[in-house]
Amino acid sequence: MGRYVARRLLLTIPVLLGASFLIFAMVYALPGDPIRALGGDRPLSPAVIAELRERFHLNDPLYVQYWEYLKGLFQGDLGTDFRGRPVLDTIERTLPVTVKLALAAVLFEIVIGLVAGVLAGIRRNSYFDNVVLVSTTLIVSIPILVLAFFTQLLFGLKLGWFPIAGTNEGFYSYVLPGLVLASGSLAYVARLTRTSLAENLRADYVRTARAKGLPNRTVVVRHTLRNSLIPVVTFIGADIGALLGGAIVTETVFNLPGIGREVFNSIRSQEGAVVVGIVTLMVFFFIFFNLVVDVLYAVLDPRIRYD
Amino acid sequence: MTNLDLTKPTAELAAQGTPLLEVDDLRVEFRTRSGVVNAVNGVSYSLGAGETLAILGESGSGKSVSAQAIMGILETPPAVISGGGIWFQGRNVLEMSAEDQRKIRGPGISMIFQDALSSLNPVYSVGFQIGEMFRAHRGMSKKAARAKAVELMDRVRIPAAARRVDDYPHQFSGGMRQRVMIAMAIALDPRILIADEPTTALDVTVQAQVMDLLKDLQQETGMGLILITHDLGVVNEVADNVAVMYAGEIVERGTVDDVFSRPSHPYTDGLMSSVPQVEAKGGRLRPIAGQPPNLAAIPSGCPFHPRCSRRRLGAEAAPGRDCATDVPPLRLVVPGREAACHYSEEVLGVAAE
Repeated sequence: MGRYVARRLLLTIPVLLGASFLIFAMVYALPGDPIRALGGDRPLSPAVIAELRERFHLNDPLYVQYWEYLKGLFQGDLGTDFRGRPVLDTIERTLPVTVKLALAAVLFEIVIGLVAGVLAGIRRNSYFDNVVLVSTTLIVSIPILVLAFFTQLLFGLKLGWFPIAGTNEGFYSYVLPGLVLASGSLAYVARLTRTSLAENLRADYVRTARAKGLPNRTVVVRHTLRNSLIPVVTFIGADIGALLGGAIVTETVFNLPGIGREVFNSIRSQEGAVVVGIVTLMVFFFIFFNLVVDVLYAVLDPRIRYD
Repeated sequence: MTNLDLTKPTAELAAQGTPLLEVDDLRVEFRTRSGVVNAVNGVSYSLGAGETLAILGESGSGKSVSAQAIMGILETPPAVISGGGIWFQGRNVLEMSAEDQRKIRGPGISMIFQDALSSLNPVYSVGFQIGEMFRAHRGMSKKAARAKAVELMDRVRIPAAARRVDDYPHQFSGGMRQRVMIAMAIALDPRILIADEPTTALDVTVQAQVMDLLKDLQQETGMGLILITHDLGVVNEVADNVAVMYAGEIVERGTVDDVFSRPSHPYTDGLMSSVPQVEAKGGRLRPIAGQPPNLAAIPSGCPFHPRCSRRRLGAEAAPGRDCATDVPPLRLVVPGREAACHYSEEVLGVAAE
């Protein structure tokens, strides 16, 4: 297992390099001139523009620019944006917001999605089961953007239960964006849990557990739930990485100063260094949580062995 | 569990003359959206201590369903026990509370299944799964239960039991897995062991070992053994009595020697003729024509009549014994032999009275 983890971690290095290069190339290919955009309505003098272009290597070909970026990266320097602020500082400032948002989302996935899925799976074809089926279908079919505005309108403005923007009210600030961010995965977790549980309840080993005269609770919790949750746990694990990326829309709509909104703004102002830094970080999270899931999978299911 | 005594030795009970198990006119149906499937249609038998009853039949003959009904592990719905009774040591199981029924499973009646790989939970060690019996029924600690599991694995002759107790089911061979199932089933010295095709998934040499083990365990403990199988060879080797099932009914019953040497029901006769014999080398096998009936639409009269070579219909039939319209009851043909056929005497080759 140790060797397996080490190998997987080593493999992330080429993946990250490749990902950062692709992102770098895409930012490079964006139309428009970031330096001109920097001045806004007031045009910068040609001398200043030339100076800035020189400083940020904007006149060099793509591979030279990327090489300059890598040289900095290996010294722990993610570069600066065009205003001279280090990208690392930007990440340090914005990442905690996104982490809190992702945690809130995962919490909702587990609490709401898992509980709904378990109850629906145990009482298949019941009224509750049908409610879960219909509502999850509804949720996955609404675009997240629509859902975000709708919850803002209903729970924020009409009912006034939760704030609709910013992070000033602690955990409450994260309730609506957390729910919106989690919505799709939450519905998926509920359905996955339900299906997995319903399927396992018909498994031969559950019949054996009943034949052994085990109490019903033990049959359901120990011999059905435990087995059923393996795919769910692995899904939630992999989803954490995806949530960090999916935060772009949510953070922008709810005006949360996290890495998602930062990326969104940076793409608009063509802040190449910021985009590359943050997106590469997201890629890293994604790879990392997938590794965690693979390790977890072996822990949960003794039939899976690495090496 | 008020007056059910599971502590008395089985032999003592046998001396009192109470059969361990009596099944009377058991009926099970599956109520599905597409209609009612009659899986078991009035099955009766009894089992005493130390006895081995083989229930023989094709897939879909109701042999496993009736066993699961006795165990109380039918999936309800869709299955419904629509009639009859199951008496375990003189008490009707069907009238007990669910909790009392549960307490019988394990120390009273216990069951092993066909496919040990899918019947064992893949995420728990075999020791844990065997030990669960002691923890659930005797309230033992995890540690004590594990020690008991090692003892049992020794008893079913799993080599290096102490070392393998923490292994998982997928780490065992097919035969060893079936031994684990057996260890689990006999953990609490059950009065009755139901073995549902215990050797079907195993290769022939391992089959023999597993059957020997079951036989030995039965001799040690005096438990009653119900052996569900479609394997005539297995029946011949280990069973005392055999009940042949067709379309959810018992069509013939008697001692294994009698039934096998001189069948009195055309279906049993057909089964015997479809088995290759070493002596009859070169001869052709005679399979039974047709397919087992659809249990949602069992033929009228004798359920076997569409496939039966001896059927008598209309004018050919004796009055009240038309195979297509009159249901043949299970009746005594000769002493010690019952069959559900209007013309058993003919099959048997004896004159009707």
